[in-house]
Amino acid sequence: MPGGTLADPASMRHIGAMPEPVIAVENLVKRYGEAVAVDGIDFAVARGVTAALLGGNGAGKTTTLSILLGLLLPTAGHVHVLGEDVLRHRYRVLPRMNFSSPYVDLPHRLTVRQNLSVYARLYRLPRRRERIGQLAEDLQIEAFLDRPAGRLSSGQKTRVALAKALLNQPELLLLDEPTASLDPDTGDWVRSYLEAYRARTGATILLASHNMGEVERLCSHVMMMKGGRIVDRGSPAELIGRYGRTTLEEVFLQIVRGSRTELAAAAQ
Amino acid sequence: MTRQPGFSRGFAPGSSSGFSPARVWAMLLRYLYILRSSWPRTLELLYWPTLQMLIWGFMSQFFYTNSSYVARAFGVLLAAVMLWDVLFRGQLGLSISFLEEMWSRNLGHLFVTPLRPYEWVISLLAMSAIRVTIGVVPAALLAIPLYHYSIFTMGLPLIAFFAVLLAMGWALGLAICGMILRNGVGAESLAWSIIFALAPLSCVYYPVTTLPSWLRPVAWALPSTHVFEGMRALMFSGVFRADYLIGAAALDVLYLALGGLVFSLSFRNARRRGALLQMGE
Repeated sequence: MPGGTLADPASMRHIGAMPEPVIAVENLVKRYGEAVAVDGIDFAVARGVTAALLGGNGAGKTTTLSILLGLLLPTAGHVHVLGEDVLRHRYRVLPRMNFSSPYVDLPHRLTVRQNLSVYARLYRLPRRRERIGQLAEDLQIEAFLDRPAGRLSSGQKTRVALAKALLNQPELLLLDEPTASLDPDTGDWVRSYLEAYRARTGATILLASHNMGEVERLCSHVMMMKGGRIVDRGSPAELIGRYGRTTLEEVFLQIVRGSRTELAAAAQ
Repeated sequence: MTRQPGFSRGFAPGSSSGFSPARVWAMLLRYLYILRSSWPRTLELLYWPTLQMLIWGFMSQFFYTNSSYVARAFGVLLAAVMLWDVLFRGQLGLSISFLEEMWSRNLGHLFVTPLRPYEWVISLLAMSAIRVTIGVVPAALLAIPLYHYSIFTMGLPLIAFFAVLLAMGWALGLAICGMILRNGVGAESLAWSIIFALAPLSCVYYPVTTLPSWLRPVAWALPSTHVFEGMRALMFSGVFRADYLIGAAALDVLYLALGGLVFSLSFRNARRRGALLQMGE
């Protein structure tokens, strides 16, 4: 697609080999009154893939994630997760998926251990203490397990949020800007952990981000979102090659600015 | 879909089908952790009912020698104060636990777990009962050595009065939580103020005949009015008025259904608006 033309070919809608997609979204629409947050998107993500919804603020990434989680009801469309219709049977799949976002907090006055213990009970996990101990060791949060969640640094909070998101060993992990507000070292550590988790378990990860470097490193498949639509998709290398650029960030900027240029030209 | 081999079987989540007392206990435990983590909050639970009891207790002692109304049953004001606190604390106890989730911006995490809204509501109701007990029972016990008055002499009707007022507090609390879900934490003041609008109509400290006749049907539409009239009948005449109790219980059922409906519709509306992920301070 050199030259910045946006495309949505049906042949590119499915991500990864697709015997039974973990996520299947068809004609998804979310409107708030007159405003359209998600505008008829289709995509599918295969098992074991790390995919990304990439876009600027207001592109529709978080809205899409919220619908996949059942936190938000769509205006129209179909959403299947792990073989179940999320709009009708979300409680069948919620035990098998999880979510983390820097914009959703854990109660500040509860200690990290208390927070994790409550969530472990909500998932009705057996051997809760053992599971929390294992995650604490893996994510290096043992030192502050008994500290109130409100007294943690951003990096510590992110690791605790990740521990919460991994408690039930999710087959599908949805992450909203997983390394937002982290220093480069902690951000790199989180990305490495996610890569290792996916490799070890074969879990599927879908993340929403506007961190191009992160997406380029973690994801084998990218859906570029703008104005509630998926305007292009493919692997990072495919996208970079298609637009004749050297980084995903340049591709993103070309898509955004290219459209603006077209609009400005039309206005003139 | 079957689980991949990379997952450890020993930590697989339990079944999510149907009602789970374990999830209700998880939420209750969470509110107990919050309560335990802040001694000023626990102290506050004890503080207001005790303070009320002290003020009204001394006033009752004064009126005892100056008013034939109070003299006929010394404990009537004290009992009214304590029972009013059951209603007030019952509603506030539910709303505060609910607001804890708003303040910590945590609904987005809670409702991606298998937790059902009704399981959450049950934990809120249980926490409200715990808060009421922590607040009111010590004040009632303190009145015994201070004024030689025990509300427990009412016997079994006291349990009925307590239950009916607590249920009314829950109905109000559910409706208020629904309104907060719908309008955001800006509507938080409802949790603190709405109950006081009902106090004059509940006829806590005076008979319902004190009200203008046109206002009495409104007062009788409140379960609390039936309870306070029943309490006075018991204390003044030694008569347990089952009709008052049945009326109050029937109204409670109606208001609990309405409160539950408001909450349920507001929760669905919040899912439609995306408020579960965004709601917070």
